[in-house]
Amino acid sequence: MAAIATAGPSRRTLDALVRIRELGIILALTVLVVFTAVNNPRFLSGQSIRDILLNSAILAVMAAGQAVVVITRNIDLSVGSVLGLSAFTVATMMSAIPGLPMAVALLAGIGVGAVAGVVNGVLVRFGGVPALVVTLGTLYMYRGVTYSWAGGQQVNADELPRHFLRFAGGSVLGIPWLVLIALVVVGGVSLIMRNYRVGRELYAVGSSPQAAELAGIRVARNLLGAFTVSGALAGLAGVLFAARFGTVDAAAGTGYELNVVAAVVVGGVAVFGGSGTVWGAGLGALLLTVIGSALAVLDINQFWQQAIVGALIILAICADRLVAVRIARSLTKRDSHV
Amino acid sequence: MAVLVIASLAVPSFGTSRNFTFLVLDLMPIALVALTMTLIVVTGEIDLSVASTLGLTSSLMGWLWNNGLPIETIVPLCLVAGAILGACNGFLVTGLGLPSLAVTIGTLALYRGLAFVVLGDGAVADFPWNYTGWVTGTIGGGAVPNVLVVIVALALVSGVVLHATPFGRSLYAIGANAQAAHFSGIPVARTKFWLYVASGTIAGLAGVLWTLRYSSARADNGAGLELAVVAAVLLGGVSIFGGKGTLPGVLAGVVLLAALQNALRLQDVSGQALNVVTGALLVLSVLLPNLASSIRTTWHRRKLRQAAAH
Repeated sequence: MAAIATAGPSRRTLDALVRIRELGIILALTVLVVFTAVNNPRFLSGQSIRDILLNSAILAVMAAGQAVVVITRNIDLSVGSVLGLSAFTVATMMSAIPGLPMAVALLAGIGVGAVAGVVNGVLVRFGGVPALVVTLGTLYMYRGVTYSWAGGQQVNADELPRHFLRFAGGSVLGIPWLVLIALVVVGGVSLIMRNYRVGRELYAVGSSPQAAELAGIRVARNLLGAFTVSGALAGLAGVLFAARFGTVDAAAGTGYELNVVAAVVVGGVAVFGGSGTVWGAGLGALLLTVIGSALAVLDINQFWQQAIVGALIILAICADRLVAVRIARSLTKRDSHV
Repeated sequence: MAVLVIASLAVPSFGTSRNFTFLVLDLMPIALVALTMTLIVVTGEIDLSVASTLGLTSSLMGWLWNNGLPIETIVPLCLVAGAILGACNGFLVTGLGLPSLAVTIGTLALYRGLAFVVLGDGAVADFPWNYTGWVTGTIGGGAVPNVLVVIVALALVSGVVLHATPFGRSLYAIGANAQAAHFSGIPVARTKFWLYVASGTIAGLAGVLWTLRYSSARADNGAGLELAVVAAVLLGGVSIFGGKGTLPGVLAGVVLLAALQNALRLQDVSGQALNVVTGALLVLSVLLPNLASSIRTTWHRRKLRQAAAH
């Protein structure tokens, strides 16, 4: 409060703070954590925090890729199916050749995902088909491929090599590998989107594809890249999924696309493209996971979870729209003074 | 059409009257929901929440039945519930000016979640025989199912509305250019709002019929149906960008999709391989017209260039 009274640098800091898009979600997260912890202190125990972080890691990795696609004014609904395909591929591979090192598994998963992403990107860009339709179609197709390959079989934890399963439980300096990977992915993609030319180009494509084209940005190549990144990260998430849960069947990751889109939208990435941040999407993933755990800890019917996710998506779009309207109004007001 | 002929020749049991009854029962929910979906997509919007509306209506039906209400009261209540759910979508899209894709992804999750809140993961099964029997029954015990009458009647109504009324023409105008339509005096927002109400009501009706057909009210009834409906509508030649498409085309799309799935199933193709086919059809149905038109443009340009050279 003192910051408002004293003008000068601290005032500016406060202004900058208020203008951060992700402030709302950070506040929501804080309120939720404090409220739940007060009602049930067990919520903040080491094991509980560890579970939340591990669960949000997989979602955050996918959300980072989805954010890149949504920033270009597209959408990738096929991510859940890509996760399933990658998880099953890697699990089958590792159970067949137990000697393979973890790095090979990671690369294989990313590779499978990247190929699926390239297919999406090619269809969207060169087929002139809207991303919603293409990825709705490939959602079916990739899942179907996994099912016809796997049939009713599943790979169980006891068929997988020890070092693969230990990867999910292992940690460096007390931080689990999965969380570390998620941090690196979200941080790295954020950095690229914020500071590097390719990132700024992706924002430009999302703001106005025609203007970007006229400005000499290679829209086709950028879109292809965005879908490849989304696919590759969904593939990486597949490997993490297989390592974490140990049991993989053809249905792995079914319906994840909804949570990923929710994480991105709740994290402040506008569905019209051109705005929002990747780390916001990562925070969105964290918030969704925390809500899930909080519901369980507070003894609220688990069935509410999906309804809350839906309500959150709608709230986030409404908030985004409100901000857009206010900005537009303030811009016209400024024009009238000129 | 070709698929129907090939299917009935190649798959022996496909052409039987018994299979025809099953085919109609299978395509019933897709056909019903596709009718209103066509109108919405023609205006350039989309409604992805239809399957969740179906599930929530089904849950509601089970819950009301468990609470001892007579079925004659439950059915109208469920239709009203569907209309209210549609009105919520309509308000968010037109009242607040939000993108329909994002809104209906949100309500897809919200309505499905509420369906589980209402009924949990159990099922309610003991619906009265004379109602469930009517839905699965056929006219005079023949091959024509009773529900075909419902589908045909509603298809006629929506066909006439879309293709033979000023209201229908205004939908194309909105889809082609909403701003221009607004300036030429078409109440764009109000029109879209009522389309969403209609979509919700029809999804509610589909929920009631689905529940009676399987005699089972479950929260996950119709999960994933929105994909099949969108696939059928696009397959029927409606442009996802709005302004183009016909209702007979969509009905042909529905029949094609259902017949293909039915024929493959009779050939013992696994249910999941069907997903590959549905997905591929969806992509191809939008890809092919685009490819054709781009080939035509290149060909046309080359001809112009040749003419200029001469």
